[in-house]
Amino acid sequence: MEEMRILLKYADQINPESAQDYIKVGGYKGLEKARLMEKKALIEEVKKSGLRGRGGAGFNAGMKWSFVPQDAPVKYVVCNLDEGEPGTYKDRIICEKNAHALLEGMAICGAAIGSDQGYIYCRGEYPFIVKLLKNAVQSAKQAGALGNFDIEVRMGAGAYVCGEETALIESIEGHRGEPRFKPPFPGVAGLWGVPTVVNNVETFACLPYILTNGAQWFATIGAAKYPGTKVVTLTGDIVNATYFEVPTNMTLRDVIFKLGGGIKNGKKFKAVQVGGTSGAFIPEENLDTPIDFDSMGTIGAALGSGAVLVLDETRDIVDTVARITKFFEHESCGKCNPCREGTFRMREMVQKVNEGKGTERDLESILLLARVMRRASLCGLGQAAPIPVESTIKHFKYEYMRKLI
Amino acid sequence: MISLKIDGKEIQVPRGTMLLEACRKAGADLPTLCYDEDLRLAGSCRMCVVEAKGRPNLLAACVMPAENGMDIQTESPDVVEARKVILELLTARHKFDCHVCEKDGECKLQDYCYRYGVKESRFSGEGPHFYKEDPNPFIERDYDKCIMCTRCVRACEEITGADAINLEDRGHHAKISTAFNGILADSTCVFCGQCVMVCPVGALTSKVSAGKGKAAQNKKVLTTCTYCGTGCTLELNVNNDKVVGVTSNRDREYSPVNKGALCVKGRFGWDFIHSPERLTTPLIRENGELRPASWEEALDYAAGKLSGIKEKYGADTLAMFTSARVTNEENYLAQKFMRAAIGTNNVDHCARL
Amino acid sequence: MANYKDLIASQQGKKGGIIEAFHAIQSEYNYIPKEALEEAAKVFGMSEAKAYGVATFYSYLSTEKRGKYIIRMCESAPCHVAGADAVIKAIENYLGIATGQTTADGKFTLELTECIGQCQATPVITVNSEPIFNVTPDMIPSILSAYK
Repeated sequence: MEEMRILLKYADQINPESAQDYIKVGGYKGLEKARLMEKKALIEEVKKSGLRGRGGAGFNAGMKWSFVPQDAPVKYVVCNLDEGEPGTYKDRIICEKNAHALLEGMAICGAAIGSDQGYIYCRGEYPFIVKLLKNAVQSAKQAGALGNFDIEVRMGAGAYVCGEETALIESIEGHRGEPRFKPPFPGVAGLWGVPTVVNNVETFACLPYILTNGAQWFATIGAAKYPGTKVVTLTGDIVNATYFEVPTNMTLRDVIFKLGGGIKNGKKFKAVQVGGTSGAFIPEENLDTPIDFDSMGTIGAALGSGAVLVLDETRDIVDTVARITKFFEHESCGKCNPCREGTFRMREMVQKVNEGKGTERDLESILLLARVMRRASLCGLGQAAPIPVESTIKHFKYEYMRKLI
Repeated sequence: MISLKIDGKEIQVPRGTMLLEACRKAGADLPTLCYDEDLRLAGSCRMCVVEAKGRPNLLAACVMPAENGMDIQTESPDVVEARKVILELLTARHKFDCHVCEKDGECKLQDYCYRYGVKESRFSGEGPHFYKEDPNPFIERDYDKCIMCTRCVRACEEITGADAINLEDRGHHAKISTAFNGILADSTCVFCGQCVMVCPVGALTSKVSAGKGKAAQNKKVLTTCTYCGTGCTLELNVNNDKVVGVTSNRDREYSPVNKGALCVKGRFGWDFIHSPERLTTPLIRENGELRPASWEEALDYAAGKLSGIKEKYGADTLAMFTSARVTNEENYLAQKFMRAAIGTNNVDHCARL
Repeated sequence: MANYKDLIASQQGKKGGIIEAFHAIQSEYNYIPKEALEEAAKVFGMSEAKAYGVATFYSYLSTEKRGKYIIRMCESAPCHVAGADAVIKAIENYLGIATGQTTADGKFTLELTECIGQCQATPVITVNSEPIFNVTPDMIPSILSAYK
């Protein structure tokens, strides 16, 4: 199987900041078409395409939009460019290669829900992308491409949790990036309390192509229940440590061994973590699973952001997981008890095991804590934080056992 | 109205009712730490989690609206497991010195640990220390006991409006702090002690009451504050027939005026009650020396002097200055006395300033 | 150096823009001085305690003085398996400071960071937000000596 480039088709052939360049390759046609449609019909079209959120939760985009009350006087379109999931840089690539597809997608969403103001929340680690996007918005305005839809770019300041949509909203409002409880969902009460659609960069960037080529066209690409392409980023012990845009029915094995060129330095495969640092570790026997959202779910994993971290046979799983638990300890916002205290104690216990000081009782406590964090935490961060731990204890238990006292 | 099942019991509640209220209506006693009916919802302690049939995650009942057809378990094994783990996580950071704690016997963490049989934590290890040395005379800030429910922050913002405290840092390092983690005197704190009132544990306590009797040992006597005419209800804490502190009674029925909220004087300014310097009888100054007198003698003496001045110099040489510490009725009588008995309009009041 | 009051005023029109104001202050001062935070709180109608809570929440913002060049070493899993630990040690040895500290001459501050989204070229460090790719311990002297 090969790459399939839709979002990245003209990568490096056009100037990402230039609206004119983008228009030359067919850009802003989708928005034109969207503007001529009734709002309901436009949402229906997006629903029919089967486009699901590319940020990780996999929710049907059109469905999400349909929850926005049409009669609200003010509404916002917010783009999640917080991309904090370690091993993920696909949103940066989409901006660097095809920024106007994102802007056009946001404007299409604006047309669908009746909003004329968009915000892009870009992570603080990407100041150059903030600049690029500001220039791209300027260029689109000069070309008259966005009509009355305006886009403001805001910069985050180093908080992984702000990738959670309500924390992101808090951050745009100038607060600590602590997630809100849901309901109410942002579609009803979001930014400054008004209905707000928050979607990922990649989700927005798909929209121009869906509108231009039709929902039916999109729905037939890749996996039936999670159609389209996905930009994946390969890291770790892999020959081609780079990004690929692939149809969603490609198997993990093809991603790693065909596109990725297999394991570096002639070594053997041990494990792959998909979806970023909050994803599950997957052993060899599950590699023939397609990468789409639902298929990954059947093996207890998640496609997430599309990050693919490959570990070779020499890697120490427990050491890697210990590092990951430190990540969550650092990134917990501290609002809810299971996550604030749990990520800290999880790091403490996994580190203890990694240093050869742990007992079987510690392993039991780790699993108990993991279960409660997963089910009782307030937001996705605390709920997902134990997944790498649980999945490795499930698939690579011997690596833990051999380190116990 | 919507119908749902709570612990097997069918109940009906109006749409928009939170699960916490619905559960309480059904007779289920859900534990809460961050929930406070006078403050905006936080949904952060996760003690009130319940299990809903068909949902993978546990639901925090305080922030989850009840839905038609829900089937809720409030003490299922998974719920109990989650609450135990949360308590163990909190006890791992909480300094356990109940034997010397002012809140012993009136501490929610202690109560819930008892209820769920949490004797020790499986998660105790290292941890940062948060105790805050603060030289103010009123509020002890022992954040080594803080459980991060943020009720103090919300009370400071929403009840008092002082906005003196917020959170510093994030994750496990997060703590309650003034700007630049300073002392309260350097902040916008007005020492009303609403933070002490809402603290469910012994993290915020009154320095004035320290060591004079544990919360649970004190008899609570409702009374009305005499500092000003507002008429706040306060709760005198009495130990061995001595007032050892003032706390809030937040029950609307008993505290209709202030709903438990007090000011610095009402909450912390009671130590004059048993002061040896307190005046207990009128004093008359003779030849530069004060001598005790009876009320009768003192009143006659004052009346005689007032009449004498009025006769000799005229009524307008006299004035009455009254206090916010007395009631409206008493202030009314005072001005009436000046106008009718003395015959002057020279009346004023400290609250006019 | 731009006055912090002007920097804050330049962001005043942005609703909820206190974080943008903090960025503007930091781009000049490398940290948020106390007076600047107090001013920003006033301009954005927020209590000082709350503004301080915001400033201390985000790892890119600092209320403590830092060096002219801020080195951030990514230690997330992809950089970790690519040898981030050895690079951190090399930087610490070269500068003679521990992570979190600033050199005596006020030139460099060394901080750890989580993923900065440049995982095609691990391990990665940034110096004042500029990423440097595929860093190995022996590259450290030549990389850092370029900063004057």
